[in-house]
Amino acid sequence: MNGLEDLYREIILDHYRSPRNRGELESPPAQRVEGFNPLCGDEVVVYVQVDGDRVTDIRIAGQGCSISQSSASLMSAAVKGKTVAEARDLIRTFKAMMQVHEASLEGDGGEAEAVDPEALGELAALQGVVKFPVRIKCATLSWNTLTQGLDEAEAG
Amino acid sequence: MAELTVEETAPAALAPLDVAALKPDFPVLNQEVHGRRLVYLDSAASSQHPRAVLEAMDRYYETTHANVHRGVYALAEEADRLYEDARRSVGRFIGAPDPTTEVIFTKNATESVNLVAASWGRKHLHEGDVVLLTEMEHHANLVPWLMLAEEQGVELRWLGVGDDYRLDLAELEELVTGVKLVACSAMSNVLGTITPFAEIAAVAHRAGALVLADGAQSVPHLPTDVQAMGCDFLVFSGHKMLGPTGIGVLWARRELLEEMPPFLGGGGMIRDVRRDGFTTNELPWKFEAGTPPIAEAVGLGAAVRYLEAIGMDRVRAHEVELTAYAQGALAGRFGEKVTIFGPEGTDGRGGVLSLAFGDVHPHDLAQVLDQSGVCVRAGHHCAKPLMRRLGVNATARASLYLYNDEEDVDALVDALAEADTLFG
Ligand SMILES: Cc1ncc(COP(=O)(O)O)c(C=O)c1O
Repeated sequence: MNGLEDLYREIILDHYRSPRNRGELESPPAQRVEGFNPLCGDEVVVYVQVDGDRVTDIRIAGQGCSISQSSASLMSAAVKGKTVAEARDLIRTFKAMMQVHEASLEGDGGEAEAVDPEALGELAALQGVVKFPVRIKCATLSWNTLTQGLDEAEAG
Repeated sequence: MAELTVEETAPAALAPLDVAALKPDFPVLNQEVHGRRLVYLDSAASSQHPRAVLEAMDRYYETTHANVHRGVYALAEEADRLYEDARRSVGRFIGAPDPTTEVIFTKNATESVNLVAASWGRKHLHEGDVVLLTEMEHHANLVPWLMLAEEQGVELRWLGVGDDYRLDLAELEELVTGVKLVACSAMSNVLGTITPFAEIAAVAHRAGALVLADGAQSVPHLPTDVQAMGCDFLVFSGHKMLGPTGIGVLWARRELLEEMPPFLGGGGMIRDVRRDGFTTNELPWKFEAGTPPIAEAVGLGAAVRYLEAIGMDRVRAHEVELTAYAQGALAGRFGEKVTIFGPEGTDGRGGVLSLAFGDVHPHDLAQVLDQSGVCVRAGHHCAKPLMRRLGVNATARASLYLYNDEEDVDALVDALAEADTLFG
């Protein structure tokens, strides 16, 4: 099962089996945004509570595969309590990790390490996903949904 | 019930398929992925090609290619002959009474349904007219009708799927009242259910409705006879029956095709064009605007001849046996952990096995199986209303064809066991 260990790291399976911040928030005041992966029918619902410039609470609902669910869980743990600007930075870094690797897969060189794994903490566990290009959409689903939620929160 | 299954139509002693002898005909199957033997279990999405098909297409390109219907030189005449030969082969394969006029080449089954909806539908269906669909349809046989519903105010009714994964025929008589068209799959691409199409057609005809059969899954796997089925329209795709992509078929009764307005306009489909109008060509070319997929038609012709040489009753018998083996192997190894969304047994069902496996998401399942070289499809299989009816977002679907054998099923079972270890 060579290669699968890169995809299904222990942290990922742990977040899949025991997802963090699972549930709902009352909306309003929280923003409720749905994300959809038409490829596999995965659905994620992100509830994000922004107070002032801070993400004070976040909950994840919906259903999906281990990658989309664990990514959402890891994301929720990573952004909770952060400022909106920090959360956006993290989204950018995470998506860069997905893209950098996607690009480097096409060349025959090794993996370009443009993203500092330190900045990602546990999220770095999702790095292996990029070796499985069709699954990248699963990993980024909740992040795109969160971006939309933050946009809507800031738009008032 | 007049189901066209082999149990009723085939002679008692059918020589079984020799899959080991037949596998080498399919070059693509002879490879490894991730260091494991390729086990292709996704033929319901698209099937693989025997050498005979690849060679027919190569030969066409190497010796014959020219545009059809326009040239007087030998090469063009030969292209024309091959293209029309393919039409005759396909017509014979489905029992068409008049292949040379009733078999229309399209891009795929989807385009064929769209042709019927846009041409027959726009002419005959107006505000308040009713089309009866079923809950197990593929989007190809849903969205064109939803589009007509939006455009022309056509009403859609739905024949339900019972807990036995078969159509709720008890409701049919009532639902069919006042209906103009019943558009129904002959075999479900998710459940494997073979619908009693001839019976449905008889009820529909008594109520004054026409019937369209979505044969995308049935034509590749079952003996097909449009007259015995009572079809008015039949659609299917070449790429699910050993043929290439880019070619599909609409068969319809000649009277219907004759009075239907053209679908796409352009070269080939006209008799005359003036500044103020045009007249249409004869059948079947009236519905084949522009340069058709000639090599693909040639490939499809070779595919149906390959299937005919084997015999569709033997293909069906093989799949019945292998489906039973798979049902037994899955239940035997995994018990309650595995759910097969489809009829029990093999009566009135084909070799499509849509699975739920414990709590493992179908997408993850397909990924783990891939590492063992086992190709299955995970997703909604373009049948979202049916998925809602089943109460799931997705299934992992293994589908069988004539080149699959017990070893392939064993590989599936072993790979599922690995998924169980990883996620269990
Ligand atoms: C039952 C059924 N109908 C229609 C289609 C559409 O076929 P195509 O995509 O070749 O047009 C499919 C293929 O997935 C199918 O399984």
